[in-house]
Amino acid sequence: MDRSEAGTVSRDMKYEDPWYDALATGWGEADGPGGPARTTVPAARTGPTGAEIRARNVYVEVQRSAAFQEVRSRYRRFVVPGVIGFLAWYVAYVVTATTAPGFMARPVSGAVNVGMVAGLGQFLTTFLLTWAYARHARLRRDRAALQLRWDTQELTRGAQGGAS
Amino acid sequence: MSGDHQMLAVLLFSAFLAVTLGITTWVSRKRQGSAEEFYAGGRLFSPMENGFAIAGDYMSAASFLGIAGLISLFGYDGLLYTVGFLVAWLLVLLLVAELVRNCGRFTLADVVAARMSERPVRIAAGTSSVTVSVLYLVAQMVGAGSLVALLLGGTSGAAQAWTVIGVGALMVIYVSLGGMRATTWIQIVKAVLLLAGTIALTVMVLVRFHGDFDQLLVTAAERSVHGNAFLAPGLKYGGDWTARLDFISLGIALVLGTAGLPHILSRFYTVPTARAARRSTVWSIGLIGGFYLMTIVLGFGAAAVVGPDEVRRSNAAGNTAVPLLALDLGGGAGSAGGTVLFAVVAAIAFATILAVVAGITLASSASVAHDLYASLRRPGGKTRSEVAVARVAAVGIGVVAIGLGLLARDMNVAFLVGLAFAVAASANLPALVYSLFWSSFTTRGAVWAVYGGLVPAIGLVLLSPVVSGSPGSLFPGIDFQYFPLENPGIVSIPLGFLAGWLGTVTSAEPADEARHAETEVRSLTGAGAV
Repeated sequence: MDRSEAGTVSRDMKYEDPWYDALATGWGEADGPGGPARTTVPAARTGPTGAEIRARNVYVEVQRSAAFQEVRSRYRRFVVPGVIGFLAWYVAYVVTATTAPGFMARPVSGAVNVGMVAGLGQFLTTFLLTWAYARHARLRRDRAALQLRWDTQELTRGAQGGAS
Repeated sequence: MSGDHQMLAVLLFSAFLAVTLGITTWVSRKRQGSAEEFYAGGRLFSPMENGFAIAGDYMSAASFLGIAGLISLFGYDGLLYTVGFLVAWLLVLLLVAELVRNCGRFTLADVVAARMSERPVRIAAGTSSVTVSVLYLVAQMVGAGSLVALLLGGTSGAAQAWTVIGVGALMVIYVSLGGMRATTWIQIVKAVLLLAGTIALTVMVLVRFHGDFDQLLVTAAERSVHGNAFLAPGLKYGGDWTARLDFISLGIALVLGTAGLPHILSRFYTVPTARAARRSTVWSIGLIGGFYLMTIVLGFGAAAVVGPDEVRRSNAAGNTAVPLLALDLGGGAGSAGGTVLFAVVAAIAFATILAVVAGITLASSASVAHDLYASLRRPGGKTRSEVAVARVAAVGIGVVAIGLGLLARDMNVAFLVGLAFAVAASANLPALVYSLFWSSFTTRGAVWAVYGGLVPAIGLVLLSPVVSGSPGSLFPGIDFQYFPLENPGIVSIPLGFLAGWLGTVTSAEPADEARHAETEVRSLTGAGAV
């Protein structure tokens, strides 16, 4: 959402429904959530209004709250080691394949060699990490994040002068 | 190759065209003309639908024909490609999909510009997005042209040229009439067709070898003249150290570039929530991973059944390996089964190119209208509807891509794709990652990150052997080659990150703490997301 459209932001928000997921298969009819279509090109940023500044302070407040810190650290505790791990494993694989083809050619069983096992291992670890991440996010983050989303939107609405 | 399968391929492809044009008109009849509808298809696709559409956007003909062909000619070195293309999705899943869905509206620039002074950042991110999209588009158009020449026997330059023009015109129709909703449905149809065709061929290869993968590998190694070396790395990229470094550079560009491709990022806006964006990424990883695993079987299958020599005789780059394999599996040239399978594969390959091209055109028209036009238009000028601008932009990009596609007709498709990934990783990824995760990132940092990756990436290619100084160059006659690698990624990606850091630490104004708080809260919770 463009911050420059602060006027429409608050209007859109009251129609906001985080439980959309349940309706997600109904692709047919519904238009965007925001009532009348926005047909104009957004204007360049204008100076922040008073309401906008108050709304911004809401975000700082939420960011400092213990609940948000917990969600963020859960996310980071999974993602940072995950990204470092798979990038290191992938770069190691590519560098080994290009610099040490002899090692990759070492037979393991039948026609299958180290390189084949490593390549299929990359596929396997990708699937495993995908599964682990989706599970972690679903069980450890989704509920708390949704609660924070509600709370933040409540606070923002209050700060913008009870536009709802 | 007889005329029968050409006739049949044309018929099947016409059926695909009729269905997709039908979808486009049906969808555009109901369209509201809002930006939400045009760029994001109303944001109400389900994760499964979007997962198929993402897979459809990503599985290009270059993968289907090109990678299987590389495996059939060079064995293991072709397999290296598939690994990079798949592993890249972990970066998208872990760092990008959910956060981008939460922070942005239509384009990459929405996310980067959210906490910066908007205009310069939007122009920078819009420019790099359009550059990446056009490079990727040209690759697909060139692929379409050579595919026609290969499969339908129209080896003349005129047939290629007309294919490029035809593909360009069709995609403009899809995109400007149907917007994101039609494009998404075309991707879904295409993904289902492509997967069905790949599954059928894979099963036939495995049945031929009685389900024994080991036997398949042994036969493939025997039929290639290389023996066991065929099953190990080094046949294609094992030359001098320049070639090896070039491959490492390509590998890094592949894995980091996907997360910066504008047409992939814009797909996440078609689902209602970040959770749905995550689930669609999980779907697409499953589909893409399965697809590449089958591509490996097809590649080795082509080597074992058809033989590398015959593949090379048909097309030096190996692009016809899968159609030849289909011909053989169906019963050989002249048989009814072989003719049908060959025609099906050819039609699927065309459908693939059309769908991918439509997806990229839509994303780049969004960048032009939403980012560049909105920032660059004269303040006093006539205000036009953003969607109208985007439709015109789709036509403009179509014309540019057709022109460049005709010019670049003889360039290697895999190289062009690698280049698009390298530019995406150098220009888009640093700005995106910094703005999502670095609290003191500033406007100057964002602008420098984009240009600091974009300019070196393009510049190094201009100075590389691709453009001049070697027999295979674009301009073989002149020599201004100063950079030895074909893929600039290994230099330009670190430069992009470095420039972003440098721009930030030299900024006169400090980062806006409140706006960073907003980005962080919104990206992780979805508060205020559209």
